[in-house]
Amino acid sequence: MADRPIVSITHLTKSYRRGDQVVEVLRDITLSIPEGDFIALMGPSGSGKSTLLNLIAGIDKPDTGELLVGGEDITRLGEADLADWRASNVGFIFQFYNLMPVLDAFENVELPLLLTSLGKRDRRERVETALALVGLSDRMDHHPNELSGGQQQRVAIARALITDPTIIVADEPTGDLDRKSAEEVLGLLRRLNSEMGKTIIMVSHDGHAVQSARHVTHLEKGELMPCT
Amino acid sequence: MYLKLIFKNIFRHKLRSILTIVGLVVAILAFGLLQTVVHAWYAGADMASANRLITRNATSLVFSLPAYYRERVRAIDGVTAVAISNWFGGIYKDQSFTNFFATFGVDHDNFFDLYPEFKVKPDELLAFKKDRRGAMVGRLIADQHGFKVGDVIPMTSPIYGGGTWEFTVRGIYEPKDETTVTRQLYFHWDYINEQMKKRFPRRAEFAGVFVVQIADGARAAEISQAIDKEFRNSLAESLTETEKAFSLGFVAQTEAIVTAVRIVSFVVIVIIFAVVANTMAMTARERLAEYATLKALGFAPIFVVGLIVGESIMLSALGGAIGVALTFPVAAGFKAAMGSMFPVFYVTRETVLMQVAAAASVGILAGILPSIRAARVRIVDGLRFAG
Repeated sequence: MADRPIVSITHLTKSYRRGDQVVEVLRDITLSIPEGDFIALMGPSGSGKSTLLNLIAGIDKPDTGELLVGGEDITRLGEADLADWRASNVGFIFQFYNLMPVLDAFENVELPLLLTSLGKRDRRERVETALALVGLSDRMDHHPNELSGGQQQRVAIARALITDPTIIVADEPTGDLDRKSAEEVLGLLRRLNSEMGKTIIMVSHDGHAVQSARHVTHLEKGELMPCT
Repeated sequence: MYLKLIFKNIFRHKLRSILTIVGLVVAILAFGLLQTVVHAWYAGADMASANRLITRNATSLVFSLPAYYRERVRAIDGVTAVAISNWFGGIYKDQSFTNFFATFGVDHDNFFDLYPEFKVKPDELLAFKKDRRGAMVGRLIADQHGFKVGDVIPMTSPIYGGGTWEFTVRGIYEPKDETTVTRQLYFHWDYINEQMKKRFPRRAEFAGVFVVQIADGARAAEISQAIDKEFRNSLAESLTETEKAFSLGFVAQTEAIVTAVRIVSFVVIVIIFAVVANTMAMTARERLAEYATLKALGFAPIFVVGLIVGESIMLSALGGAIGVALTFPVAAGFKAAMGSMFPVFYVTRETVLMQVAAAASVGILAGILPSIRAARVRIVDGLRFAG
């Protein structure tokens, strides 16, 4: 399992237009991420690490190159198919949690399940299990503004894993947290990876955070540096 | 969950939402009231019967017709009854608007037979017919001035002069329904004619208009032509038209005001549309990161459109429902405050439907543009609004 690539990137490029200028963000990226890996993408601001994460997660499209996730070339998918693909294959963890403020923890975690055919009882079971896994069984009816940053990120993690996705992408998951909360979140990610076999791709500035990953990949000026 | 999300989103910015709803309430209420005013303006025409014609002097309504025309009109094929109706221009107490009501001298024997929409008690009608100075008073002015059977109403008339004319209330007629105007006082045309014979003989035996009842409303044009043909080339040629056309002739004199009221009512809706659209645009802009997150999780752009348009519709539905509900008591208060200016003033079913349609249109249109923008924003761009 460990050597089978879940993400396979070949000669991938991505550029943005800023006014009249074309800014090349990613240059000829070739990368393979094995299934069950926990990889950290590091690099200075503007190095293209978040862009690469967005491409892998299917929320942005490359200019050229091939991008296979779970054996599927997601660059060929249309918007609607890509949305369906994300719903069943990707779990998202954002720096600022991105929870719906009007929904409580339970409802936030349940949200991705509304896109599935699961009934109400099955959804409840799954949500309760996911919230128990992140240690928030007693906070189910709390709204995001009633939770600490760490707790909110744990709700986001529960939401990310609720659909049992192929990969979990985390963009600076500890960037807005204190050291203790960051450690709790990283501990959870390690558990998801080691105990549940989830492939995790994490972008982080934090040298301490990346120590939780099995592999670290550096990006600089849109190019991959040798792996450590 | 979908409706819950919409409903909860509405009250995230309580003050903003409440102010928007208040704006909607005021706009829908104002729209309803103005439409009711427009409807009230046409009330006289609306209550007109298809089986009644009005014959007047062809030169102008100011000029009279000889009273003997009555018999000649009655003899025309298709005519079943004719009654004189003469504008008296009576002034009660003073010329203030609050004391104004219409006064007509009519053929007491058959006038109320021609107006079945006026419900009269047989004994009161009989008493009216027997008393040369008797008067039948409409329910609206009876209530407004406290007139009771037996009361004597003193009036003056700038048209007929002669000092004070006294009328004894012999009956109070009721409206058939809310569309019937009961702001008139009817008395004997014979009373005027008698006084004219005494004071100004040359003005005697003349009638303002003839109310002509016909058996078949479909023959109105034909019978009108026959009546006018009867008096062609005479000293007083006639002009006959349906009662509705006759009433609309009066409304046409104030058509510009009615048109202005109508335009203002729609301008109010355009303004509230701009207010709600602005609210929804601000709302959608603030929540771009949330919409981007939903799309990242796999929700289709149409879901985002639904959230925003749904919220806009729900806001408008709340404001619209309160506005419609308030229209009824406010219209009743408006009617009371305006006295007899609008004798028929009620909120019609059409007005309510127009209010509902206006609120629904505002809700849908105000939400569409911001929702399309939010749905089109790239996920990566939307997520940058987080934090």
